[in-house]
Parts: sequence; C-alpha cells; structure tokens
Amino acid sequence: MPSTVVRLWPHRIEALVLPLLALVTALLLFGLFVTIGDHSASQAWQLLFLGAFGDAFSWQNTLQRAAPLMLTGLCVALPARAGLVVIGGEGALVLGGLAAAVLPQMVPGLGGASGKLALLLAAAVSGGSWIALAGWMRQARGVNETISSLLLSYLAIALFKHLVEGPLRDPASLNKPSTLPLGDALQIGSIGTYDVHWGLAWGLSACLVSAVWLAFTTHGFATRIVGGNARTARLIGLPTQTLVITACAVGGACAGLAGGIEVMAVHTAANAALISGFGYTGILVSFVARHRPLAVIPVAILFGGFGAAGSLLQRRMGLPDASVQVLLGFSFVLILASDGLQGRIAGALNRWLDQREARRPSATPPITPPGTAA
Amino acid sequence: MAKMERNRRTLLQGAAWLGAAYTTAGWRRLAEAAEAPITVGFIYVGARDDYGYNQSHADAAAEVKKMPGIKVVEEENVPETQAVQKSMQGMISQDGATLLFPTSFGYFDPHMLAVAAKNPTVRFAHCGGLWTAGKHPANTGSFFGYIDEAQYLNGVVAAHATKSLKLGFVAAKPIPQVLRNINAFTLGARSVNPKITTTVIFTGDWSMPVKEAEATNSLIDQGIDVITMHVDGPKVIVETTAKRGKLVCGYHASQAKLAPQAYLTGAEWNWITAYKTIIDAAHTGKPHPNFVRGGLKEHFVKTSAYGPAVSEGARKQADGVKARMLAGKFDIFTGEMKDNTGKVVIPKGTTLKQTDVNLESMNWLVDGVIGKA
Repeated sequence: MPSTVVRLWPHRIEALVLPLLALVTALLLFGLFVTIGDHSASQAWQLLFLGAFGDAFSWQNTLQRAAPLMLTGLCVALPARAGLVVIGGEGALVLGGLAAAVLPQMVPGLGGASGKLALLLAAAVSGGSWIALAGWMRQARGVNETISSLLLSYLAIALFKHLVEGPLRDPASLNKPSTLPLGDALQIGSIGTYDVHWGLAWGLSACLVSAVWLAFTTHGFATRIVGGNARTARLIGLPTQTLVITACAVGGACAGLAGGIEVMAVHTAANAALISGFGYTGILVSFVARHRPLAVIPVAILFGGFGAAGSLLQRRMGLPDASVQVLLGFSFVLILASDGLQGRIAGALNRWLDQREARRPSATPPITPPGTAA
Repeated sequence: MAKMERNRRTLLQGAAWLGAAYTTAGWRRLAEAAEAPITVGFIYVGARDDYGYNQSHADAAAEVKKMPGIKVVEEENVPETQAVQKSMQGMISQDGATLLFPTSFGYFDPHMLAVAAKNPTVRFAHCGGLWTAGKHPANTGSFFGYIDEAQYLNGVVAAHATKSLKLGFVAAKPIPQVLRNINAFTLGARSVNPKITTTVIFTGDWSMPVKEAEATNSLIDQGIDVITMHVDGPKVIVETTAKRGKLVCGYHASQAKLAPQAYLTGAEWNWITAYKTIIDAAHTGKPHPNFVRGGLKEHFVKTSAYGPAVSEGARKQADGVKARMLAGKFDIFTGEMKDNTGKVVIPKGTTLKQTDVNLESMNWLVDGVIGKA
C-alpha cells in the first residue's frame, strides 16, 4: 500500500543513515584489507579514530586539513546547484594564491586588517573570474564547462609557474622558486592558542553563508531553479545567463580565497607547493556532500580526518600511504553507490508507520494534500 | 670593605651553586641520553619505493632502524603544505620523536622553521643545505652532498659509451642544484671528448612521469644515445631509454634493477653517513650538527657499480678521476670556464672548490650544453 501521508523526517533520517552505513561498510572492508596485509584490523580502526578525532592534537590536525577543502568543495558545489559541473578549482586556487602574494608588491604599504582583507579580496576576485570565464564560455559559446574548467586549470598552473619562476621570482629563492615573501603584517595567524589558522573560520562561514543564500534568498532560489531545469527557468523569465555565471564566480571566489589563505597563513609566498591538489580533492568533497554547502562541512572534516589518521597509521603500523587511499576509495564509492538505496529506508519507515496508524482505530484520517500522494 | 667582602663571598657562593647545578644537569642529560632510546622521524615527499630521491632516504632510514637504541617512525607522500607541519608535530607529540629528518627541500621554509620554533628541545635535520648560522635556530640544521662529483663521473662513462656524441639530460627545473649537475655531467663527458654535447629538457616539476617519458623519447628521436636525469623518480626515464635500446646513467639511487643491460653507472646518495653523524650527536647529547656536507671523499655520495655496457677504457678513466676525487685532488669548476652563450663565468686562474658558495647560486649552463637556463 503506498504511503498516503507526507512525512519529512523519515527522509531526513535516511539522509543521515545512508552515508553512515556506507562509512561503516567501508571501515569493515578496510579492516579486511588490512587483515589480508597481515596487520591487525582492530589496531588499524583504533588508530584511525585516535589519529582523526582521538585528542586535542588530532582534532586540530583534522580541522586544519579540512579548512581549505571546505572552500574548494564550494567551488564545485555552487556551480553544481546552477546545473554546471565545474572541476577546475585547482586553477582558481593557484591564481588566488598568486594574486594575494603579488598585490603587496603592486600596492606597497598594505598592512593590518584592511591590508589582509584587500589581499583576500584580490584572491577571491582572481579565482572568481577564472571560473566565471568557464561559466561564460558555457553560456555564450556552448563550450562544455567540465572540460573547459579543467583545461583552464592547467592553463592557470602553467601561468602560475611561468610567473613565479620567471618575472615574479624572488632572486633570493634559489632552489625553491617563490615570489617575494609577505611581511608579518599581512600574514594570517592561528585561532587563539590552537594550532589551526583562521582559514577554518573562513571556510565555515563560506559554507554557512552559501547555505543561507541557496535556501533563504530569492536569488538562491532562482539559482536552484536554473540548476533544476534551465528551460523552465527561461520560460518563467529568469536571467539564467547571469545566474549561472554568478554561481560560477562565487564558487571560484571560494577556491581563490583558499589559495590566498594558503599563501597568507602557511606559505608566506606563492610557490609550486601551493599546487597540492586541494582543488581536485574539493571535487570529491562536493560530490559526496551532494553539492549541499552545509554538508560540505562534515565531509571536508571527514576528509581532513582521513588525512590526519593516515599520518598516524603510517607511523604506528608502517602501512604505506596508499592504504589510506584505499579506505578513501572504499568510502566514496560506497557513499555514492548508496544513492541507489535512496527512498528504500524512508519508504520502509513510512510503510511501518502507516501500518501502525491503520491498526489504531481511533486515529483521525490522514490529511492528504492534493497531488502529494507518493 | 666588609661590604665588598660579603659581596665577594655571595658571588663565590653563587658561582659554586651554579657550577654544581650545571654539572648535575649535564650528568642527568648524559645519563638520560645513554639509557633512553631515542625516536627519530623521517618524512618523505614521495613514495618510499620511487627508485629515486625518496628511496635514497628510505634505504638509509632502513639502515638507521638496525642501530641499537633508535626507534624509527616514517611517513611518505607528505606534501609541502600544512600537512608536513602536522606530521612533524604529530611525530613529536604522538610518538615522542626528539630528532626529525624532513627530507624534502621545500619542507625547510616555512614548515620546518615554524615547527622548530614551537619545539625548541627537538632537533631538526633538513636535507638540502639551507641552514645559515645566525639566521636559523640552533635546534635546526641541514645536510647535503656534493653529488655533482658523481655526475661528473657519469659524464666520463657516458662519453665512452656514446656513438653519436650526443648526450641527453632530463631535468625538473632550472635551479642552481640542477644546473650544477648538468654542468658537471657535461664537463665530465667533454673531458673525454670535447666534441660531445648535452641536450637538456626541463619538465617543469619534480615528479612528472608522462612528461619525463615524452622528453626521453624526444631526446632519443634527436639521435641522442646516452641519457641521464635530475628528477625525483628516474624510473620512467630509465625504463623508456632501455626500451628504446639506448644507454642510461642513473641518479639518486641505483636503477640498475630496472634496466640491467642499459644501465651504465649512476650518481647515488649515501645519506647514512650524514644520518649517523646527526643521530650520534643526538644520542650522546652533543650539540646538534647544523651544517653537514660532503662529497665522494666523505662518503656522502657514491657511484653505482658499472653495468655490462661499460668498456674497459671507460672504467679505467672514471676510476682514475674518482681516485683523485677521493684524495681531494680534483676540482670540477676551474677557470677559464665559459657558459653556452660564450660569456666567461669563471675567470682564468680561479678554481671554485666544492664548498664555494658561488656554486650554490649557479645560473648558467656550461659550453657544450644545448638548452637555456
């Protein structure tokens, strides 16, 4: 018997239970894998937890690794909500980092909070315009944005290397070509006494603001309509072009910001160490979070946790780095595959509740709004 | 007068107390050092089994594991980001490491310096030779080897093996360390036959397997028959060269296993020498050796055993040069030396010894190299 009542919470429970089930299965599979490799599975599980969330140091380790992934995750998530699959976050990130490193040389005398904000703004603008370019090419010329953003990312990295190792190179950076280092006044420090820099706060706020934008503003709603069905959006007179390009620009700005923060909080200059794959990991983060900005936060933390735990696994058990990649692979294949089970758990819950209510004779007849029967 | 007397007495008393305190502290530290096993951490930027730079370190770390009273913790594939700072801090806080070997060049600034500032009692030994007295803290240091000596010997052997008189060099980036190797290799080859040229291709980064294979193929297509390299993992270059039926000189570690017939010889690191010096100091409580360097003579670098394709003449000449290097009687960079644009880079009568700092900012390619720095 199909359910006649609209209940929201079975779906919410399902959205939480499905990925958790997938994770548990991945951990079990990983245990099996470790056992085959002649190591103790229980020790591996214990170390995974200890390394990622076991104590204050582990938490700081995890959160620090998660911070840039929140921003690069948004670079995929936001365009995706407008219907575009953008995977070129790495390019936006390196250009953002470059802009933040170069601005003080063009505008001397920057410093303090305003100077830092100016650098971050420069990073966001350069990253944003790079991804907006991919969005514009899609809208105006019909170029596939997935391919073009990836190629633009290669282009950005080549440009970055050319400038850092050529015209913008600090002559004192002999064997590690870098731009001139930022002064102390332009660097981002740690949050209080914790060993986590302020990039985490930027990442969290960006995710929260994006979630509010998509859920509660007209502009965000319009963007979601374009993403849902671009033809319908055009039919009801929405400015699809502008909406798509804006979503790309905001996503790119997040990745650019990540690059700027990496330079200002970690590297103090732009150099090839900035090209470390955060942009590509962001693609995974966003897909696992199903492109929902709020879900990007826990998924990025999970990713950070895997990194932190992998570090400890290597040191304590002598496992190769590839073993964490295996766990990562299991987890994400299973989380994405669990999509196929969507509706099953919620459906079962609904059926069970329906039966329970049907058995109760005094129950008031369920109210069924027209057109919502499943 | 009485006041002065008292002053002198308190001073003497104070001095005695201070002396006693220092001595006991010293004893305690020494006793601790002798008893407690120390934990040493190694961090690699790539895979431990890359047949290259990271393997050269991991192989030496495996030797360290056999030393008594030493516990080794290792981590591979650690990028030059916050990740390496967390790995270093993790080794200190979670594993109790008191001596760390962050082996990648890019770990030094800002990563190692940042973690060293937070952990003044932990010793840090970085590979790459960046430590400067007065500028960097005393609990940090760097070690490096003059591997250009072994590259010079590679050049001598390659010169005997080439028929086309054209040699190839696949390099990562035009930075001083790399240029020095290209120049030494070319100088070694041209000491045998001045008609020989070396063609260089820069791939742009340390680990670019696809580009490295393309570069190798392109060099061979140009008629080049002996190839060497300076990239993190020479595996692809060695295998590609062997597959094309050409000869190869190795780098970082021995790649002889990958191409037993095509492998001539190779320039290898022998990090265990530097490791031992630094670990012994930590174990016995001696000051941290901040600046550790050496070449063939000091056993910081070594050469691979000759492959079957190396002729008797080549062995003889290379062994001759090697003997002079081991005796400290051989200089690679002597004037007058011109770069490949015809500019004099080392004036007549000048010899740049291996320790000369001028060599560390090398920005030219020697005459005989086809390529641009």
